Amino acid sequence: MRQDLAIIAALINPGARVLDLGCGDGELLRHLTAHKAVNGYGIEKGAAEISACVRAGVNVIEHDLDHGLARFPDDSFDMVVMTETLQAVAEPSKLLDEMLRIGEECVVTFPNFGHWRCRLQLATRGRMPVANHLPHQWYDTPNIHLCTFHDFERLVAAKGLPIIERSMVDTAYDATRFVKRLPNLLGALAFYRLGRVGSA
Amino acid sequence: MGRLSGTADSVGLVEPRLARYDQPLTLQCRETLPGFELVYETYGELNAARSNAVLVCHALSGDHHAAGYHAPEDRKPGWWDACIGPGKPIDTRKFFVVSSNNLGGCNGTTGPASIDPQTGELWGERFPAVTVKDWVRTQALLADTLGIERFAAVIGGSLGGMQALQWAIDFPERIAHAVAIAAAPKLSAQNIAFNEIARQAILSDPDFLDGRYFEAETKPRKGLMLARMVGHVTYLSDDGMGVKFGRELKSGDIRSAQDVQFQVESYLHYQGTSFSERFDANTYLLMTRALDYFDPALEYGGDLVAALRRAKARFLVLSFSSDWRFSPERSNEIVDALVEARKDVASAVIEAPHGHDSFLLPNERYFDVLGGYMDAVAERCAGPSP
Repeated sequence: MRQDLAIIAALINPGARVLDLGCGDGELLRHLTAHKAVNGYGIEKGAAEISACVRAGVNVIEHDLDHGLARFPDDSFDMVVMTETLQAVAEPSKLLDEMLRIGEECVVTFPNFGHWRCRLQLATRGRMPVANHLPHQWYDTPNIHLCTFHDFERLVAAKGLPIIERSMVDTAYDATRFVKRLPNLLGALAFYRLGRVGSA
Repeated sequence: MGRLSGTADSVGLVEPRLARYDQPLTLQCRETLPGFELVYETYGELNAARSNAVLVCHALSGDHHAAGYHAPEDRKPGWWDACIGPGKPIDTRKFFVVSSNNLGGCNGTTGPASIDPQTGELWGERFPAVTVKDWVRTQALLADTLGIERFAAVIGGSLGGMQALQWAIDFPERIAHAVAIAAAPKLSAQNIAFNEIARQAILSDPDFLDGRYFEAETKPRKGLMLARMVGHVTYLSDDGMGVKFGRELKSGDIRSAQDVQFQVESYLHYQGTSFSERFDANTYLLMTRALDYFDPALEYGGDLVAALRRAKARFLVLSFSSDWRFSPERSNEIVDALVEARKDVASAVIEAPHGHDSFLLPNERYFDVLGGYMDAVAERCAGPSP
């Protein structure tokens, strides 16, 4: 199991009804179904990923997140998960609202554009950063809405969303004490568990 | 001649069989048939555990002949031969495939062209209305006859997909997987409108004779041909027709504005004519009405989610990008209701240019998803016993 998925699994209650936005080959859902007895569904638009889900018996719905989530009714899930996809969608802020309309809580993970390697590359070489956690060149990246941890927290604060849990890790998925001390500089990936406005 | 021996990727030569039921069958319309016969074909072998049976349901104009050939000189194989056979998505090396002609049909199953034993006359237009529910019930009787307690999967496209859904709702214990391809939870006003145009084409043919054309030894060829032409256009897509025919001419010269026949006209005439020879007008009326009446939610206060909550099957729902007769949005209604009903479901929208007809045609991604799903079905139901 990928370490990032293990971190997410720890944030999800057993038996929950889970929607995974951008579920890939369904690895997280398979793990959650087997170990947490969740009633899980994945949303995916990639043909190869959907085929992998179908073969693995993972519930998968072909759908493009950029078409919104209007097809899902309010309060239809306990938890809506989105792993490293927020930065790749057309309207991340709106999608976040939608996630908390259909789900009581959500888990969002995304790469940190404020990581020191990114800052260094931009500052010293004057070029768009390419790093382990952000491997694409500027012209072929799916990541059209990159942000730093600070940026994300400002958005969350502006929306008034309570942060139930959060963790930042380095590129080895370790939450070292260095990362804990200076997350926006040393953290590569963030995991946020958010609730609805007024729920905390 | 691999196609005849069944050694290549074909099931080879197949023979239809007949199942006879002497007990009366009361239909949804409350009329009772004194008995009936179902014609069916099977491909592959039923395993010892009887756990690898798959039911294939046909669409509006289909029949029991889904795969293989009836005779060495047959020009075309069964209607879903692309999908059924050794190594194909519905792999006959793993599955025992059952395909029957629906009640009211015109290819051997009891229908308007059969004799009513009560009167000794042809049923004709007096044949009672049949519904998807009736079909599913008779297919369950056929399963009893074949010793199949539970189908590993019930699979169908279009009207066949609707039967798969009805199966999951009406016989939750007897179906492990339901595969609904290019289907809808019920017809839209536009769908019904197209069916009504087709019916009016038949009903207004002078040779229809109130459905008693058999007795006059004629048939409403013109009406059936028109019905098929209208239907056929709705099964294709604008782009698909553009690529296939464009504005190509069969004959004449547009510049002289005389005696012009476009390729698409000629194609539709051919399709319509051959259909009018092989299909029965009364059956066409019955089948289109069965389509129009299909609405499994109706018994559950119009609530599709409530209807599907009864199901115990896992579902696969497939649709095609260029299908406007039963568009991906209609399939998504099924998917969303299944999610709300907390059922296991996988869905894919296949990029394909051939409109509604895409469900009948080979397509790499379509077969990859369907084949992958059926592999998983085989592992769950039909795998080697432990």
